[in-house]
Amino acid sequence: MNGPFAETGVIGPLGTLLSAPLIGFAFGWFLERSGLGSARKLAGQFYLTDLAVFKVMFSALLTAMLGAFWLDAVGLLDLRLVYLPETFVLPQAAGGALFGAGFLVAGLCPGTSCVAAAAGRLDGVGVVAGMLAGVFLFNLGFDWVAGFYNSTPLGAVTLADLAGVPRGVGVAVVTAVALAGFAIAARIEGKIAMKSRHEGS
Amino acid sequence: MKRPQPYLDPYLAGVGIGLVLLAAYVVTGRGLGASGAFASVVAAGTAAVEGTARASASPALAPYLVDGIASPLGDWLVLELVGVVAGGFVSAWLAGRTQRTIDRGPGLGGTQRMFAAVSGGVVMGIGAKLARGCTSGQALTGGALLSVGSWIFIATCFASGYALAPVARKLWR
Repeated sequence: MNGPFAETGVIGPLGTLLSAPLIGFAFGWFLERSGLGSARKLAGQFYLTDLAVFKVMFSALLTAMLGAFWLDAVGLLDLRLVYLPETFVLPQAAGGALFGAGFLVAGLCPGTSCVAAAAGRLDGVGVVAGMLAGVFLFNLGFDWVAGFYNSTPLGAVTLADLAGVPRGVGVAVVTAVALAGFAIAARIEGKIAMKSRHEGS
Repeated sequence: MKRPQPYLDPYLAGVGIGLVLLAAYVVTGRGLGASGAFASVVAAGTAAVEGTARASASPALAPYLVDGIASPLGDWLVLELVGVVAGGFVSAWLAGRTQRTIDRGPGLGGTQRMFAAVSGGVVMGIGAKLARGCTSGQALTGGALLSVGSWIFIATCFASGYALAPVARKLWR
């Protein structure tokens, strides 16, 4: 029973497909539970009035990163068989910047817009419609951007590969940075609480 | 109307999402995604309109069409996103948070907010395509695997959001 099950033959194509709605359900459940179906709450991240986005995102990243690392270390998951997205430096830098701008204006990201729409928020439906239109426009103009889209490829490469250190060192550094981030988030929230007490009195 | 329940602690919710992502690695060998499902739906829609032969000849669409046939229901990410909608709805419903409303900043009218939502979505759709993923597929899934491109995405996404936040203040404050 070693993972990834779909790659090691523990489950077939049908089993893999059936896992999709289950995994999605749990993902949508936790996104909604944390309040990330609300655009106002998400936008608070950019004005440092609500740090839920940072906290949810980096505690999720940390959990999955450490879980995958240790499951691989004890032999329950073969990380070489887990798909590592390929890196294209410039298009991903530019795409991230565009995405951040759109995220700020929309107040929702692709996954959370679906949760917002599911809870009855019409702005979530608007973001979903906009996303579909954006993808369609990108496809229309693909010939024009294809050169840039495929430029500066680095292949499937990790931060640890790039630094020439073992994966465990990369995992430890990211863990330390995230924990420092959580401590900073707590300090920022302390300031917010003080400020709102001042304004309240 | 019943008062909605308070939200779950963000760190607990984050650990929950992390375990879901870990389950996706262990079961499928791939992680979570959202924008990829949007791309599949658009590719299937385009193929339905202009015919699969033309669509599969397009380098923008071909990666989303299996054997030249568009099958959104055969796509793992599309089914996953259907699950996201269902999970989001059930969670909101049980917590008394389902409401037909337009979530917006205090200084914004409903129509203005809808305009911002759609245009933000358009920009995000283009950005996600260019970056080959979004907050789910790049930031979370690739980030937890230490992918270099995913961390570039995380860095420029937040840098851009914070750089433009003062300009977009009217939308939210």
